[in-house]
Amino acid sequence: MSVLVILEQHGGKWNRLSFEAAAAAKKISESLSVPLEAVIPGSGLDEIANEAASYAFQKISVVDDPLLQQYTADGYAIALEQLIRARQPTVIVFPHTYQVRDYAPKLSTRFGKALISDVVAINAQSGEPIFVRQLFQGKLNADVRANGDPQFISVQAGAFRAAESGGARSEIEKFAVKLDPAQIRSKPEEPFREAQRSVDLTAADVIVSVGRGIKEKGNLPVVEELATVLGAELAASRPICDNGWLPMERQVGSSGQTVAPKVYFAIGISGAIQHLVGMKGSKTVVAINKDENAPIFETADYGIVGDLFEIVPAVIEEIKKTKA
Amino acid sequence: MKIIVSVKQVPARDSVLRVNGTGKWLDESDLSYEMNEPDAYALEEALQLKEKLGGEVVPICAGPQRAAQTIREALAKGADRAIHVCVEESGAPDAFATAQLLAAAVKAESADIILTGLQSDDLGYGQTGVILAELLGYAHATIVMEVAVQGDTVRVKRELEDGWFQNVTLPLPAVLTIQSGIKKLRYATLMGIKKARTKEVKTVSASELAVDGTPSATMERVYLPQRAKQTQILSGDPKNVAHQLVEKLRFEARVL
Repeated sequence: MSVLVILEQHGGKWNRLSFEAAAAAKKISESLSVPLEAVIPGSGLDEIANEAASYAFQKISVVDDPLLQQYTADGYAIALEQLIRARQPTVIVFPHTYQVRDYAPKLSTRFGKALISDVVAINAQSGEPIFVRQLFQGKLNADVRANGDPQFISVQAGAFRAAESGGARSEIEKFAVKLDPAQIRSKPEEPFREAQRSVDLTAADVIVSVGRGIKEKGNLPVVEELATVLGAELAASRPICDNGWLPMERQVGSSGQTVAPKVYFAIGISGAIQHLVGMKGSKTVVAINKDENAPIFETADYGIVGDLFEIVPAVIEEIKKTKA
Repeated sequence: MKIIVSVKQVPARDSVLRVNGTGKWLDESDLSYEMNEPDAYALEEALQLKEKLGGEVVPICAGPQRAAQTIREALAKGADRAIHVCVEESGAPDAFATAQLLAAAVKAESADIILTGLQSDDLGYGQTGVILAELLGYAHATIVMEVAVQGDTVRVKRELEDGWFQNVTLPLPAVLTIQSGIKKLRYATLMGIKKARTKEVKTVSASELAVDGTPSATMERVYLPQRAKQTQILSGDPKNVAHQLVEKLRFEARVL
């Protein structure tokens, strides 16, 4: 009996969500009164395993194999299945990364389970954890209980404060897996970036960000003018960039830039979690949206429920007045 | 090339969501439904692959009677025939339960490639495609931006985090989950809508498929999220709220 957290690394560098997942796993292990263990899959892991040892895990299993050098869903699922069958943890906690989304459902299927994905909170008092997930892109929450062990969950970015190092030293144990190159069906090439970004939204003090509520490209001048009077950078949620209305480099969110300006204006943005993770570090958030239940209002300091085409011009006038 | 596209019918994007009497799912009585938007992109990719390579596009949808409308829409856009896995009970089966039904229903089709959206807009598990691949013993790739079939393999461009991408080659048959927004969606033409009426829809009931339907997780309660932050909602006419907002930003938040 244990809670097992999967720590994700790429070429000897941590994915920062790993230690948020570790914090969630710690909470579960304490409520169940079972040890907290960790596993690091990859290749050439001596140094990084040593770093993880200072996080007070009962045990760290290092799954170090040349066939895990490059990530593949087949390699990771086969290796972790062997480890989980050997260790028999009660709950397995993943960081909700793109990589986890690629292999964790495959792995959990091998145990006849769904991954309870994208968990934002854990209610663990009862001794049987209840996992809170978002539905409808954050408009509703659901309490979910796993039916039987092992339980597989992944933890949303920003939902838990990352665990800190400095505890008792963890025991490190190598776990050898049986992997055959023929079992790995996909042939990954080197990751690449398309082009250097010429817009650095992370340096902006004020950001005016626009979403689906703008309806069409021809309406963009409304928000462009607001950005101009505020001396702000213009940004957008994913659908706007997907439509080609603004360049991809102006996208804020999990697949775009992560920003933390003094003021963030979210205009016609409903606030799907993929967007929120990119802007919730903002000091002050202003949301203008016609749907009073839009999740963006959860994150906003100031909210205005109404038609952006009426409100934004009025805000522009008001700002001009203060500058006159 | 036989291309199967898994599509889901979900409540329309602008729906007002009300929790039903059981507290475990939505009041479905006055909801309208539409094709899950990420799946619409998977369908578009499938139709374009067929235009390039020939073959057929077969949408599959697991859902109650009303899902027939989403299936007709896929046929009207150019799919050739469809499979409807008719699920009688309402509520929200999770990705594992749905993928088991889909796997049982498509197994005999021996598809070359199965496409689906990267997640559903209702439950958002983001797993149906991956589980389906595992149950069928196919290779898979997620969050795919480009698809190039090369003989008996497919090379795809995957999106990774923070603006990174990666090309991966997989053997066929394979399951791909398609990123939204990668192509422009087509509309159904009048001719397409007319033709769709005559296209074959094979209906299989979930109970015929002999799938172990035990859910591996249970939704115990569905509710509106609590506001974590004190949000000040400003109200009044546009001129008035604009004035309040600028005052607050200048003198309360002191950020302007």
